[in-house]
Amino acid sequence: MATAIEVSKISKQFVLRHTRSLKEALVWLIRGRRGDLSQKFFALHDVSLTVEQGESVALLGFNGSGKSTLLKHISGVMTPDSGTVRTRGRVAGLIEVGAGFHHDLTGRDNVYLNGAILGMSEEQINERFDSIVEFSEIGEFIDTEVKFYSSGMYLRLAFSVAVHTDPEVFLVDEILAVGDEPFQRKCIAKIKELAAEGKTLVVVSHDLNLIPEICQRGILLEKGRVMFDGKVDDAIHLMRAERT
Amino acid sequence: MSTAQQLVRPGVGAGLADTFRSRFLLKLLVRKELKVRYRGSVLGLLWSYVKPGVQFIVFYLAMGVFLGLNKGTENYAVYLFSGIVLINFFTEALGNAARSIVGNGNLIKKIYLPRELFPVASVWVSGVHFFPQLVVLIVACVFSGWHPSLLQLAAAVCGFILVALLATGLGLFFGAVNVYFRDFENIVDLLLMVVTWASPVLYVWTQVRNTLGAGFFAFYQANPITIAVEIFHYAFWYPTTSGTAELPPHLVTIWLPVGLAVSLAVVVIGQFTFRRLEGRFAQEL
Repeated sequence: MATAIEVSKISKQFVLRHTRSLKEALVWLIRGRRGDLSQKFFALHDVSLTVEQGESVALLGFNGSGKSTLLKHISGVMTPDSGTVRTRGRVAGLIEVGAGFHHDLTGRDNVYLNGAILGMSEEQINERFDSIVEFSEIGEFIDTEVKFYSSGMYLRLAFSVAVHTDPEVFLVDEILAVGDEPFQRKCIAKIKELAAEGKTLVVVSHDLNLIPEICQRGILLEKGRVMFDGKVDDAIHLMRAERT
Repeated sequence: MSTAQQLVRPGVGAGLADTFRSRFLLKLLVRKELKVRYRGSVLGLLWSYVKPGVQFIVFYLAMGVFLGLNKGTENYAVYLFSGIVLINFFTEALGNAARSIVGNGNLIKKIYLPRELFPVASVWVSGVHFFPQLVVLIVACVFSGWHPSLLQLAAAVCGFILVALLATGLGLFFGAVNVYFRDFENIVDLLLMVVTWASPVLYVWTQVRNTLGAGFFAFYQANPITIAVEIFHYAFWYPTTSGTAELPPHLVTIWLPVGLAVSLAVVVIGQFTFRRLEGRFAQEL
């Protein structure tokens, strides 16, 4: 098995900047840089992990522990201050599905636009278009502007585009809250199917009952550090113990 | 299957080369912009003809008739319009490109894609809007007895490319710094207001030379927008006149290459700045 994701010793500092205006920055410079213009904190601190191809890994942790930040580093949205991230093959995120949707375009236009944003070529979208529409259960509404969609329809279409991008590595961030229950089950089934096909999955979710169904390995993050890396059941156990 | 692929660092693009590689996405982004802008309007793309047309009439009446510039300049209407279309293109392209990164912040924060696409798409959209204005200009030229040479037409193409490059370079630069300091949106607006008057769009270049002298004129002439506007005059307005008007010296032989070189340098600087700053876009937006 080859390595799919290699994260070595990455750290990321976030700046809580107080000002976004040139004037205040200038005043601060003129006054001899007195005081701190900004506060800093570590979102990720010396995080290392390796994910093999075909593994399903859950990132666990409470709010603000750095899970989503870590996913953003793997997807390339953010780059680390120090350390390196390397990935093999195409990485696609089911991160905040629908980020690339535009309300004034039709469902069809949005499938093409969002598909291209997620890295699909024109031929790939043409080829998978029917399958995308079928999975989303949108049917004849595909030529309606998405602003008239219900929030469920919107998310279903977005999720459907995302799962059809067919990358080697899937990053999944809280998508399991998509749509009504039958569709949720369909999504989960689809994710399991992807895992069974040998895709690499990195999942972030707060649904501790669901995670063991999908992932074998769990990584517990706390305040930007890796606290535990091992069997998913042990990680969940540890997390629950911490909460009490 | 994928073992043949190498481990690569995500989020490190190849700059402007990426926009060429993702030209399908670029095409969709441009189409989206165009669709969204004219959504729900009856006239649609026709507005692209109406707006410059009205602007032209207002300027023509105020400057040409009331201020009497018509008397000094042959075919003043064509003179004015050939400059205005280029300024319109530049203003729209740079104005939108400078806002494109902040405007697409939601997407940039969540999904990795070559971010150069957004300023470049803005320039393309403005290019599409430039086209109907060009059609209006050419119609006006033909009615005024236009007989351009091949050299003049080629010069016009170069002039347009010059402005497109300049807008792309400045768009990359201001789009990136605007993420850090939103003040730059206003600086760009200021810049664009000055641009209209810093080039011989409404007046004639000889007025500048006669007032300021040859020394300062060289400085004035070094502005790439000025060069492009003069090139457009040379290609569209000059062939409709009796040919007695004085053209800026060495316009095609020296100034055009200088303008292109300056624009290329701006693209390089813009790209360099953009790449330095883009690593922190996601957390600053």
